[in-house]
Amino acid sequence: MHGFANPARFLRLARWMMPLLLVSGLLLSMGAVLYGVLVVPPDRLMGETVRIMFIHVPAAWLGMAGWSTIAIASLVELVWRHPLAAIAGRAAAVPGAVFTAICLATGSIWARPTWGTWWVWDGRLTSFLVLLFLYFGYIALSGAAQRDMAGGGGGNRITAIFGLVGAINIPIINRSVVWWNSLHQPPSITAGKSAIDGTFLWPLLIAAIGFSLIFGGVILARMRTLLADIQAEARLRRKAMA
Amino acid sequence: MNTMASGGGIKPKHQRLVLIVIALVALVGAGLLAAYALSNQASYFYVPADLVKDPPEQGRAIRLGGMVEKGSLKTRADGITIDFVVSDGKARVPVRFTGITPDLFVEASGVVAEGRMEGQTFVADNLLAKHDENYVPRQMGDMTPEQAKQVVAQTQ
Repeated sequence: MHGFANPARFLRLARWMMPLLLVSGLLLSMGAVLYGVLVVPPDRLMGETVRIMFIHVPAAWLGMAGWSTIAIASLVELVWRHPLAAIAGRAAAVPGAVFTAICLATGSIWARPTWGTWWVWDGRLTSFLVLLFLYFGYIALSGAAQRDMAGGGGGNRITAIFGLVGAINIPIINRSVVWWNSLHQPPSITAGKSAIDGTFLWPLLIAAIGFSLIFGGVILARMRTLLADIQAEARLRRKAMA
Repeated sequence: MNTMASGGGIKPKHQRLVLIVIALVALVGAGLLAAYALSNQASYFYVPADLVKDPPEQGRAIRLGGMVEKGSLKTRADGITIDFVVSDGKARVPVRFTGITPDLFVEASGVVAEGRMEGQTFVADNLLAKHDENYVPRQMGDMTPEQAKQVVAQTQ
């Protein structure tokens, strides 16, 4: 793992991985979403609104995967002090927050015709809104730590502790529909079983893979940008000293 | 040689790993305890069995959730007041509601009613349809699972 401690090696890898992930992700997700919108038959009860699922479910998965990325990066930052860990966590925060917001918005649009309301304060919806606020906190904190780099990297450690503590919300989101009576339906896909008919399930899985590839590509792009920022700043500082 | 400085020959990185794992275990434990303590308060609605076991005060605003019992849905003469029974397999509560129902409100499907107990009847001000975890295309919805399987087998 410490082979990547030198950013040059990481940058060489990221340079060709990033466009590969973005292009294949765009092709897969656009194909799956178009298929979901144009070809898939309407649901028995929900009718046409079932198509929202092809955006909503991948967005929910990536909202949670985004914070899981932050949690792993935080652990690596705290224990191994890997130089890329803080950058990886910071890079995952904004796309994670965007997917969380997409999930909340599409869910709300689906809920109005299906349940008869835009929003309810049940366990699943509330814990997912908390996830969005955690992202806002993390983005603000990591931005402050970045500006305070001259302070010796203590800010990165505080950000990482916040990332780890916030991860407690992820299993709560996952279990919320099982532990508490909620208006949101229980999980449709559990280990090895699916209550979603195959006509819906396959495009859903492909959309999820496609959006995940885009997510990976965006993280690499943001990591390259953040590294370039740090290098530029270090160069300016050296010039100011000279 | 800085590994010796931290005492006992433990590398600082391993010390940090142990400390963080202990902190995480404590944190997860605290989270689980909090979730367990919340178990009743965080539920969005009562099921009929809760209402029968521990009847709420008359007139207090509560939510009741369960399945609309098959064959229980009846519309009154005024055309907008409906009576139905919500059940959870263990208990049944009669419900009265006046107003427009959501599209997904049908017999043998989930519902969450907001309202209050008046006598033995739950008077609802608002109905929310609860969608279950099953996603089935419309053409196959009317068939039994065996018929649907046959159709799928024939088309392949």
